[in-house]
Amino acid sequence: MIRFSDVSKRYPGGQEALSNVNFHLLPGEMAFLTGHSGAGKSTLLKLVTLIERSSRGQVIINGQNLSKLPRRRIPYHRRNIGIIFQDHQLLFDRTVFDNVALPLVIAGVPSNEIARRVRAALDKVSLLNKEKSYPITLSGGEQQRVGIARAVVNKPPLLLADEPTGNLDPDLSWEIMQIFEQFSQVGVTVLVATHDLDLIKRMSNRRLVLEQGRLIQGGEA
Amino acid sequence: MFRRNKPLPRREAISGRQHGLSMAVKTYLLRHAQVLVSSLGQLSRTPVATFMTAAVIGIALALPTGLHVLLDNAQQLSGGWQGATQISLFLKTDTTDFQARTLANRLRKLGEVEDVHYISRQQALNEFKALSGFGDALKALQDNPLPAVLVIQPNNKARSPASTSLLLAKLKAYPEVDIAQLDMQWIKRLYAIMAIVRQGVVILAALLGLAVLLVVGNTIRLAIQSRRAEIVVIKLIGGTDAFIRRPFLYSGVWYGLLGGIIAVIAITVALLIISGPVGQLAALYQSPFKLSYLGLGSIVNLLMASTLLGLLGSWLAVGKHLREIEPT
Ligand SMILES: Nc1ncnc2c1ncn2[C@@H]1O[C@H](COP(=O)(O)OP(=O)(O)OP(=O)(O)O)[C@@H](O)[C@H]1O
Ligand SMILES: [Mg+2]
Repeated sequence: MIRFSDVSKRYPGGQEALSNVNFHLLPGEMAFLTGHSGAGKSTLLKLVTLIERSSRGQVIINGQNLSKLPRRRIPYHRRNIGIIFQDHQLLFDRTVFDNVALPLVIAGVPSNEIARRVRAALDKVSLLNKEKSYPITLSGGEQQRVGIARAVVNKPPLLLADEPTGNLDPDLSWEIMQIFEQFSQVGVTVLVATHDLDLIKRMSNRRLVLEQGRLIQGGEA
Repeated sequence: MFRRNKPLPRREAISGRQHGLSMAVKTYLLRHAQVLVSSLGQLSRTPVATFMTAAVIGIALALPTGLHVLLDNAQQLSGGWQGATQISLFLKTDTTDFQARTLANRLRKLGEVEDVHYISRQQALNEFKALSGFGDALKALQDNPLPAVLVIQPNNKARSPASTSLLLAKLKAYPEVDIAQLDMQWIKRLYAIMAIVRQGVVILAALLGLAVLLVVGNTIRLAIQSRRAEIVVIKLIGGTDAFIRRPFLYSGVWYGLLGGIIAVIAITVALLIISGPVGQLAALYQSPFKLSYLGLGSIVNLLMASTLLGLLGSWLAVGKHLREIEPT
């Protein structure tokens, strides 16, 4: 599902943020991406979503070599990826319903279909009763769950999360990880970048460890 | 801005090919119509700001258009004066009274002639004596030195300077005519001045059209900047450039259209205000002149032009500024 082959990334004027990274995630696999601050976790996720492009090597997502993907195809590529951000990135002038519906609106899904799928997604994160609320009236954990609902509403085969539990207490973090686990069980590939080593220890998933841009654990030669 | 649409079923969902195509067109049009309406809703949420932008556009458009209307009025007015222009035919002194009257009758039948007034040599002499005060001096002369005159009043067909000149040449060709005279220099000058003013209005219109582009462009640029975070999120979850662009383009269309409507209102009100004094002035000169307002055709043209300017302005702003916003 995700394959990195000898991938390096150098930001303009900077040193290498990623050096010769090799790994392969299978469909339905869930893995944690860890490492110190500045190790390159966010950079790796940005290569997958084409916020950045690799300087060398190949990133292949779902059989598609991203270095060959033209700029105008990027939106369609992103529709196959659910992205969850530490700071939620919700739109505060819209209701929870409208926030979650946005990926479907963008994809041109019929409106009756939109309502059905938004409610299903909100149900999965136990927020069905909040659909008419505005994000500002929700707690941090609830906002993060809205973000997750938005990421999964169009059933992407791949889910990426960058520090999804950064601001949450341990119980809430655990709850969120369980939600991710459920998605991976129904075949969604999940990659979660996190600092939260305590949390990872309690889970048995594969770990990819980055150190100064090198993958020192969990990758392949 | 990026409100929830109500899209129709996608093309894949339809089986028949013909049906699928027309459905896709319908879906496309419907989606555009929805964004058109929702972008107006967006603008109506900040009515003061929207009105101010539209008013700037309206004033910029009203200036050249209003001048154009005034010029048209001036042209109509000078057309009226043209009708009052007379041609004087000085007949050869050997022309008899009978010949002169016959000629006058022939000229009356010409298509371009409204009326002919005959002044015989004797009448001319009497008039001259009465008006000039040289009566005694003239007595010393044996013969009447003054020619008979036919005063020609051209009709509507011979109004423009060109056709009046043509008529003049035609009249000159009659053997009885010695000199045919028409002082239309002043009208030629007036036309030349109006042509210059007209050029000026075209240049003014071009400059102010550019100003409208800049106003719309700048407004859209600010709108894009204030929605930066939203645009980034939409790009991250797979919104295409076209999807992001659409509401801004339609805002530009609305600004242009609203500005055009304001311009029409401003011009009409201004004309109403000056129509009173103009009417009084016309009455003083016993002229039937009436100020003409913006015609329906002009209004439609103005609104189309303003809408296009709005679209173009937002297009330029969107093309330049949307690309700069990328998720990092
Ligand atoms: N846009 C950028 N331009 C230049 N250098 C960058 C840019 N983004 C990241 N870097 C550098 O690349 C390296 C990796 O950054 P990255 O954000 O991937 O780290 P991270 O593992 O996500 O850290 P954190 O845990 O603090 O989020 C850092 O040295 C950072 O300074
Ligand atoms: Mg990071």
